Amino acid sequence: MNGWGPLLLSFQLAAVTTIILMFIATPLAWWLSATASRSKPLVQTLVALPIVLPPTVIGFYLLVLLGPYGAIGRWWVELTGDTLTFSFTGLVIASCIYSLPFAVQPLQAAFEATGRKNVEVAWTLGASRIDAFFSVVMPQAAYGFVNAIVLSFAHTLGEFGVVLMVGGNIPEETRVISIAIYDQVESLNYSEAHAMSALLLIFAFVVLLGMFLVNRRLSRR
Amino acid sequence: MFARRLLVVIILLVPALAAAGDRLVVAVASNFAGTAEELATAFSAESAAEVRISVGSTGKLYGQIVNGAPFDVFLAADAERPALLEKTGRSVSGSRRTYAIGALVLWSRDPGLQDDCADALATLDGRLAIANPVIAPYGRAAVEYLQASGLWDKLESSLVFGENASQTLQFIATGNARAGLVAASHVINSELPAATCSWPVPQDMHGPIEQQAVVLTRSGNTQLALQFLDYLCSESGREIIATAGYRLPECEL
Repeated sequence: MNGWGPLLLSFQLAAVTTIILMFIATPLAWWLSATASRSKPLVQTLVALPIVLPPTVIGFYLLVLLGPYGAIGRWWVELTGDTLTFSFTGLVIASCIYSLPFAVQPLQAAFEATGRKNVEVAWTLGASRIDAFFSVVMPQAAYGFVNAIVLSFAHTLGEFGVVLMVGGNIPEETRVISIAIYDQVESLNYSEAHAMSALLLIFAFVVLLGMFLVNRRLSRR
Repeated sequence: MFARRLLVVIILLVPALAAAGDRLVVAVASNFAGTAEELATAFSAESAAEVRISVGSTGKLYGQIVNGAPFDVFLAADAERPALLEKTGRSVSGSRRTYAIGALVLWSRDPGLQDDCADALATLDGRLAIANPVIAPYGRAAVEYLQASGLWDKLESSLVFGENASQTLQFIATGNARAGLVAASHVINSELPAATCSWPVPQDMHGPIEQQAVVLTRSGNTQLALQFLDYLCSESGREIIATAGYRLPECEL
């Protein structure tokens, strides 16, 4: 099967994206869970947009923005001499935008559910903000982190439309598993397509089942 | 009362039920969509038949046909899929024919390529976009040209692949790829930024991009479907196809 390379690439993309998203989404979700700011609905809307917009819209905007005539792309070309599109870095940026709501929303829900009471007690007992977050909030909102990590990872793994539009289908750089499967189906290579699809299906099933099992355990605690 | 209203709504939502008369559903490869639209309008004016166009990639439409999609005619972007349909008895035997021949163009909007367009590939610095050769006939022709012209080894590492000919053009039009080998029909049709380079690739340096059509066996309207294919070969039909940037095949009515 020729699917291992693309599968590995998809895993790398999903892993890098998830790690970056955790750093972005955690403070953002924490702020959203507590703020009374009037801009909250606006920020929430922006975060949720990738759920509603078809990947073609995101892909099209990214293609224009990241291209050498686009605002971000021009700057990047000056900096590195290469375009962001058709590169792994470009895919990471695209995936972070595309999967952002899947990281922020579970975290925000978990933070809102656990409330601020315990962490405020920790503050009054002299714990630093960072310390209180790691030793009080994180254990309590653990299931939120599990959900956010699994959903961002899985959603990036399943990404297709955006990658199709900005990736350029380059082996070992931007040809991820979903694109490889698509190619096989389009070229009537159904047996290969079946093998890769089955692999992805089994993986998705195991990951999601694992998440729900862990969640059940955490919620019983 | 409510049931009657529901019925009305359902009928409105399913116009297929209301008008089952002289109607053709034509599955068209995306590169030919605009042209097929024009042909359909002209054909309808002559025959009073209603023609609907369903657009997709040749591979996807083929998959849909094999799985029972309700099309009467298939205008593919290659010769391979129609031949397969014929072999498996899914198309009316004798209906398969070439209706258009695609032409390849080296296209760019990059100001740097202005003066030496025909030789641009030999000195190209940056990305060259072609359609995915595994799935798109224009991509296969592009690879054949690059190999025939001895540029393959130099350019292989700078290639990016569009899913089809039109997405390939998108890569170039947005400036993400410096140049590309695309379909002449797209370069003519689209609202593109001004080209700095638009050089027709010599036809003898790649295999012909034959686009073939078939009438599907499951069509309940074979007669009309064959008429539509004949129209593609008529004088007015051929004029529409040629104007859209395709070369014309030999054809006999």
